[in-house]
Order: sequence, then C-alpha cells, then structure tokens
Amino acid sequence: MSSIEAKSLCKMFGTFTAVDDVSLHVKPGEILALLGPNGAGKTTTIRMLASILKPTSGSAKIAGYDIAHDQVAVRSVVGLLTEQHGLYTRMRAAEYLDFFGSVYGIDSSTIQQRTRTLLGEYKLLESAELRLGQYSKGMRQKLALVRALLHEPQILLLDEPTSAMDPESAHHVRSSIVELRSADRAIIVCTHNLFEAEALADRIAIIRRGKIIANDSPDDLKRKMVGDPVMELRLACSVDGALKHLPEGIVEIASGVNWVRYSTSQPEVINPKTLSSLANAGIPVVTLSRVERSLEEVYLQVVREDDSQEGVVDGR
Amino acid sequence: MAAEASTPTTLFSGAWIVARREIRDQFRDWRVLAPILLLTLFFPLLMNFTASQAVDFVGRYGAPIIGERLIPFLLMVVGFFPISISIVIALESFAGERERQTLEPLLATPLSDGQLYLGKTAASLVPPLAAAYLGITVYLIGLLVKVQWVPSAQLLIQILSLTTIQAMVMVSGAVVISSLTTSVRAANLLASFIIIPVAMLIMGESMIMFWGLYHILWWIVLALMLIAIVLTRMGLRLFNREELLARELDVLDLRGTGRRFWSSFLSGARNPLEWYGGLFSKSLKRIRFPILITSAILLTGFFVGYKQADVFRLPTEIFDVNALDKDWLEILREFGMLTPSGVVKILWANIRAFILATILGIFTFGVLAEILLMAPLMITGYFAGSLTQAGQGAFQYITALVLPHAILEVPAAILAGAAILQLGMAAISLPKGSSLGEGWTTSLAEWARISIGIVLPLLIAAAFLEVFLTPRIAVWLLSGS
Repeated sequence: MSSIEAKSLCKMFGTFTAVDDVSLHVKPGEILALLGPNGAGKTTTIRMLASILKPTSGSAKIAGYDIAHDQVAVRSVVGLLTEQHGLYTRMRAAEYLDFFGSVYGIDSSTIQQRTRTLLGEYKLLESAELRLGQYSKGMRQKLALVRALLHEPQILLLDEPTSAMDPESAHHVRSSIVELRSADRAIIVCTHNLFEAEALADRIAIIRRGKIIANDSPDDLKRKMVGDPVMELRLACSVDGALKHLPEGIVEIASGVNWVRYSTSQPEVINPKTLSSLANAGIPVVTLSRVERSLEEVYLQVVREDDSQEGVVDGR
Repeated sequence: MAAEASTPTTLFSGAWIVARREIRDQFRDWRVLAPILLLTLFFPLLMNFTASQAVDFVGRYGAPIIGERLIPFLLMVVGFFPISISIVIALESFAGERERQTLEPLLATPLSDGQLYLGKTAASLVPPLAAAYLGITVYLIGLLVKVQWVPSAQLLIQILSLTTIQAMVMVSGAVVISSLTTSVRAANLLASFIIIPVAMLIMGESMIMFWGLYHILWWIVLALMLIAIVLTRMGLRLFNREELLARELDVLDLRGTGRRFWSSFLSGARNPLEWYGGLFSKSLKRIRFPILITSAILLTGFFVGYKQADVFRLPTEIFDVNALDKDWLEILREFGMLTPSGVVKILWANIRAFILATILGIFTFGVLAEILLMAPLMITGYFAGSLTQAGQGAFQYITALVLPHAILEVPAAILAGAAILQLGMAAISLPKGSSLGEGWTTSLAEWARISIGIVLPLLIAAAFLEVFLTPRIAVWLLSGS
C-alpha cells in the first residue's frame, strides 16, 4: 500500500494552471524525486500533499488520510521542509524546536530528548546557544530539516533540501535523507538538481508546466529515454581480431584501436558471455565497464519530447 | 489504515502555544519594548503632573469641575496609549510572518485555523493590555500620593472595560487586515480603516466624560463588545491558509471580478425566463433567513412606533380623517401627485432610500440599512397609534391610506432589506475557503438580482398605486364620496 497516493491532482490560481493532472504513488521506504525547473509546479504539489493548499480537482491520501477532508491529521503525519527555512531568528534552536514540538502535541521531555539527538546528528549542538539569526544558511537549512523530523513523521516532503548548503553539508543531508528511508518513511524530494535526484531517489518524476512528463527509476528512465546501457571493452591488444569473438545480440556503437563500445539490453547476460568468449580466444581484457549516461541527457531528452508531442512517459 | 496523528488537544491550548511564542518574541524586540515601557512608566507620571497642575490652576479660578472631569479623562488616556501599540503588533501578525517567510512552516503544522487566529490575536493583545493596566496603576498611585484622588469603583471598572474592549476591537480589526494583505506596508495603509473610527470614538468618549455622562460609557462598552465579536467572527471566516500563502500581489483584478459578478448574476440562466425562474427558486431561497429577520425588524418598528404614540402625544384635533374629500384630491393634483410625474417622484424617493440603505448597510453589516427601512414603518405605527389615541380607527386609516400601495411596497422593503443584510453580512458569513473579494462579489450579484428582478418592479408598481389608487380609495373609504 502506498503511503502517498495522489490521483489527478490539479491546482488552478485564477486562470493559471499550476498543477495539471498529477498522479503519484510513493511506498513506505521509498524516495521519489520530483524533478523540474523553477515554476514547474513542484512546490504547489508539495503544498497540496501537505494539506496547505486545496486541490482544485483530484484527490490524494497521505498515510491513509484524505488531504482535502482530514487536513489536521495529514499535517500531523507529514514533516515538511519548506523551500525557505522559515526560522524565527530571535529564538535559539532548543526553544524553536520546543515550540514546534508543542504544536505537534509532543510532551516536553520527549521534545528535549529528540532535540538533543537531532541537533547532535546534524552537528548543530555546538551552536545551540546562538540565536537563529546568527546561523549560516546551511545551518538554518539543517535546523529546518530537524524541525521537519521532530515529530517523527511517516511522510517527509522536502522542498529543495540542500539548496543553500555547502558541498559538505549537502552531502551530509543527502546521506541523512537516505537513512531516513529506513524507518519505512515515504519521502518526496523536490529538486531541480539532477545530481541530487539521481543520488537520492528510487524513482524520479519529471514535472514540467505542472504535468508529470516522466516517472520511473533512474535506470529505467535512462533506458527508455537514451537507449540500452552502453559498455566499453578495453583490450591489451588491437580490437580487429577480437570483434568476431563478441557474442550475438550486441550493437557496436563505436570503436578505437584497442577499445570498443557496444549497447545491450541485457548486460547481465551478455557481459559474462563476452568475457568468457574473449578468454577462450586468448584475447587479454583490460576492463569491461559501463559508460555512465547522465541524468541530464535523460532530462533534456524528456523535455525535448514534451516540447514536440507533450507525451507522457509513465513507467507505472 | 491511517497513521496516528497527534495535535494540541483544545482550541485554547493550541492558541496559547502560538501566543506564548509570539509574546516571548515581542519581549526580545526593543522596538516593541521601548514604547511600552515609556508609555507604562513615563507617560502616567507626566499625566500625574498634568492633572495636579490642571487641578491647581482651575481651582484658583473657581472651576474645580474641570479638574474633576480632567482626572478621569486622563485615566482613560493613560490606558489608551499603550493599547495603541497593539494595532502595530496585530497588523504585523500574519503579513509580517509572510514577509519574513516564516508562515509556511507554521501553516504546515496541525494547528487549526481557529488556534492560529486566536493565538495571533492573543499575542497582539496581551503585552499592550498588560502595559495599559500597569500604566493605569502607576497613574492612580501617583494621583493618590499627589492629590489624594481615588476613582469610584464604577469609574475604574468602566475605564478598565473600555481599555480592554477597545484593544480587542483594534486587534481583531487589525488581524483581519493582516490576514488579508500580502505585506506589512499594505496592512499599515489599510489600518486607517481602524485608526480613524477609533480616533473618533476616543473624541466622543472624551466629550462624554467631560460632560459627566458616565453611564453612556456602558453602552459604548456593549457596542464595542458586539463589534469585537463580529470582527473576530469575520476574521475566522476570512482566515484562509491558501490565500495567505499563495497570493503574491494585492492587485485589483477588475476583469476577474466582473466575470465573477456576471456569472453569479446570471446564475447559470440561458435566457430571461430561466433567469427569472432562478430568482424565485434560488435567490429567494438563499435569503430566506434575512427575509425572516427583516420582516421581524419591520414589524417591530411598526409596534415600537405605535407604542411611542403613548409617550409623544399629538393634539387629537389634528386627526380628522373625514376631512379627506375631493378637495384633498385637488390639492394632491396641484402638487403633481395624481399624475405620472408623481409616480416618478415617489419612485425616485424610494430608490434613493434603497441606495442609501445599501451604502449604509455595506459598512455596518446591514444594521443601519435595517434601521433606515424600519423608520417609515415606525412613523406609520406612530400615526396609527396616535389615531387610536384620538378615537379614530387605526385599521380604517391603514386600510385607506397605506394598504393599497403598501401591499407591494412592504414586500419590496422586506426583500430589499434582506438583500442588503445578506450583502452587509457577506464578510462574516463567507463560505469557508472563499476570499473576501469572491464572497462580496457574489453577494453583490445576488443583491443586484433581487433589486432588479423583484424590488424595482415592486417599487414601480407601488408608486403607480400610491399615486393613482391610494388617494381615491382613501377618499372613498374615509369620506364616503
């Protein structure tokens, strides 16, 4: 059963359609990256799922609660990291978390205990005595994430979680997000950062002009959008005599003096065959590796296709 | 299966969590603290000095009464000055959080709209009120020491009540404004809608206090209490997370408003016949409660007028309804009343009254409109009562001089009053989730439908009857000729 289940969500502001027929399913323990440019409708989708905005049409259930009818319940099981950190700058971390903990109905001893643990985990304990206005951008973002985690929500909606962070903090937060999945949390990460989407997500939904135009695992998206995986074989000798020993079913893409690139839909079958065939022929292999295709290629391909036909690729 | 959700249990516990944080935050801001301290400690002492100097001065010229009236007046001023800060805090409540981008995390919590709204209201009220009470205490202690003046218990309760309720009115109004605007600047600009009436109120209270009519202050307290309740309800109805978060600009969308008005005005009708059918099947149904209220108010007006005839008696000899003969018709004709121009005159008078009632009703939640429409019924009742006093038949009088046209005019007044009441109450009876603009435009369209479709035709017909039928029936019934 999905923790997040959205069906045909639409949101209009006057005559402007911000979100158009968005359907999403996120299972417990799964991370979905909602990838799209600024103004694509990511934040509006997240706000609807957090029961802050009411959908114009469509429906969604969050941990079993309807976003339109059980708004208070939805908000209490969702941890939302907003795009802007939204900290009260005159407060200190513990006081700030105490306020939000009380709002979620958590008793004060539990708040204190979780505050200590989370601040420690996110390396904010040393700055606990500072006013939040004195925090750096990265520290503010981390504290905002702590705020979102304080009530141990089953659902996490993270809007640009590493947007203001230095590389080290961003790496730390990404690792934390991956760890958060282990407690059977369903997580949606909104981002326009392709690297982040690929690093974090089990599935990526590309959103553009309010519509989901692709939704699949990163590997499947790549396969669908830019073809089968490409392998690169490097030999200790010339490839001329070696090509005839390559198994059937591979498509040669390019070759050099001592290397060849081929694509295959079944690398797990074809690659062992290739190695064994070359070994039997006494041809020394230096490396057989996968040529990484960037998500950027996929993204640009999806956008191009959307521009030309406005088609939807959905792997579900 | 749904996961377990946890939230603050009661309305007030949640509201208090919000208020407590804000109050703490305010006490960390020197811009809030400095004026509060100044007005709490320095200003009452200054007023003490002013009061003792004034008492001495007027005492020398044999006018101690001015001093006697000045001391309670300054007591009110000492209480009022600190609460004037509450308006600044309240205006900042939602608009400021929005500007600082701290609102979204708060709106994403399980706090209900009521908890957020009341929390913000309480946070704006508590520090200025505490400062006001402290200021009053300092002032009174100073007076006791300097001129040995102690207020009566009634005066003290009156001033404390006035201070409290004035703060509540200002804060509830300012929180409404703050929740409807996108910036503190816009909220400040709109604050004149609160500041100007409150300034006028303070001037009125000052005159009442110098006049020594202290009992009137109780009525002011009562009226302000009602206004505070209405404003709080209005704020709760208008509170809209979506509007607070999603609205980016305070722009006037005239085209969008026009479209909404026209769509509500047509109410899905494709031709005039359907439109008229919808008027009776939909619009009248929608205003059935305002119709009941207005009917009750107009009926009450008639009976109040009737009873007033006992109090304000007219000489009986002026009532000779039998004097209404054909000569009377001639007099009416000379004034152009038995001609089509008479119809226009009467119709125009009624339309003017209707427009005036609408304008007054918009700004007073419909209250002044109902009072205005009640006035002719009170006068009619008063004359009916006076006729009864004079031994003339009130029933005969009403049947002859009023009923022929009132049979259409009174329903027109009831429907007009109901439509205005609906329009005036639009801000406090919005469907949840509608914005003020949306709700008001829809109510204005409903008012226009009823006015054009029913009230105006009834008034035209009533004017014809009043000019051409009523005088003849009156002469026929009352003089028998």
